[in-house]
Amino acid sequence: MTIKLPEKIEKEVKKYFEDEKIPEKERKQIEEKVIKLYKEYKYSPEEPVGVITAQSLSEPATQLTMRTYHFAGTAGIQVTLGLPRMIEIFDARKSPTTPSMMIYILQEFQDIEKVKKIAEQIKEVKVKDVVKTTTVDMTDLWVKCKPDMSKLKRYGIEMKTLKKKLKVRDGLVDVDEEENVIIVKLKKKDIAGLYKLKYNFLETHIAGIKGITQVIVLKEGDEWVINTLGSNLKKVFNVEGVDTTKTFSNDIFEIYSVLGIEAARNSIINEARYTMEEQGLGVDVRYVMILADLMTFEGDIRAIGRYGISGQKSSILVRASFEETKKHFIAASISGESDGLRGTVENIMMNQVAPIGTGSFELIGRIPEKKKK
Amino acid sequence: MNLEILKHQLVPKHEILSSKEKREVLKKFNIEKEKLPRISVSDSVVKVIGAKPGDLIRITRKSPTSGKAIYYRFVVEG
Repeated sequence: MTIKLPEKIEKEVKKYFEDEKIPEKERKQIEEKVIKLYKEYKYSPEEPVGVITAQSLSEPATQLTMRTYHFAGTAGIQVTLGLPRMIEIFDARKSPTTPSMMIYILQEFQDIEKVKKIAEQIKEVKVKDVVKTTTVDMTDLWVKCKPDMSKLKRYGIEMKTLKKKLKVRDGLVDVDEEENVIIVKLKKKDIAGLYKLKYNFLETHIAGIKGITQVIVLKEGDEWVINTLGSNLKKVFNVEGVDTTKTFSNDIFEIYSVLGIEAARNSIINEARYTMEEQGLGVDVRYVMILADLMTFEGDIRAIGRYGISGQKSSILVRASFEETKKHFIAASISGESDGLRGTVENIMMNQVAPIGTGSFELIGRIPEKKKK
Repeated sequence: MNLEILKHQLVPKHEILSSKEKREVLKKFNIEKEKLPRISVSDSVVKVIGAKPGDLIRITRKSPTSGKAIYYRFVVEG
């Protein structure tokens, strides 16, 4: 059987031929040798790659930092890294502790002023960000705010539209355009609610995208990018000037819901690799790929662990050997489950040959018939 | 915006296979379709390309190790 080389190796071989100006005669020989080596380096059938993956990933993981450091005075956004981030990825947490986005900008908008404008559009603006002074009147029960007009102008907010946008629980908002003040009256006559009203009012969202608390404009190579703290891909994709083909988030579940399962798989690989490499640990991508394939096998993201893949295995003995031994045995004996002893772990427990490697086959010899005399 | 997600860097190429191709793939790997990796009908990409439960999707991934890798997913409800 002829073996076809993977695209990447084939390209590399071709490039080598061109660069070194190898004569036509020798090319065939070299190609055959490459194919031979490729065959040798392939995993043989029934090799327990899962076990090898587990070891190759967990040994370097022991070297990861237990806690993340905070660097004072550095520009950029502090994202969780090291072991906590690794656990986050493989446990399939619904949202990361520090969600962050990397926003790429289209070629036409590659100008510092334009990029800054996009960044301002994206950043969440609350009432407290634009307010100069607030006064609370205890007798008439209202809160008065004086907005900073220059800030309002910078965020592109007009006084006219403010009245419609501002809605506070238990409060009536009134905007005085002539004197540029906002007055919020309390609906119920209740002094205790007044400070709560003030707090709620100041936390009200007026512009930008909810949840994005920090934006930083950075230069990556020779293009401007925006790094954010807080993530909302769907809304960012609708902002003019954002490159929707490259912008990504570190929230794997968000990527799954916006871009689908295959994108989530790629994102798991990228995030896990980035976390490892950031700590100076080299892990072969193939292992991360196996893990990502396993996590996305069912069409959604499953965690590795008790509530994910390990807890959903079909064999009782495997589940019991992982965690919560008693629980699994009791549940299995009540419902009368049976174990087919088809996996590796079960057979090792039973002191039998496990179906891996050469153990996967049974050889049946043909006894030569006796010659008739 | 819906069509734009297909152009995203993280999204590989998805194709719906015809019933003839589907049979060929299942025969090649000697596998029942229920044992293949799954993809949900509510997946964003599946919605855009309009696949239905029971379809087989061929995914052409860009692989860092081999350049190009082909993967199959079976569309399921959910």
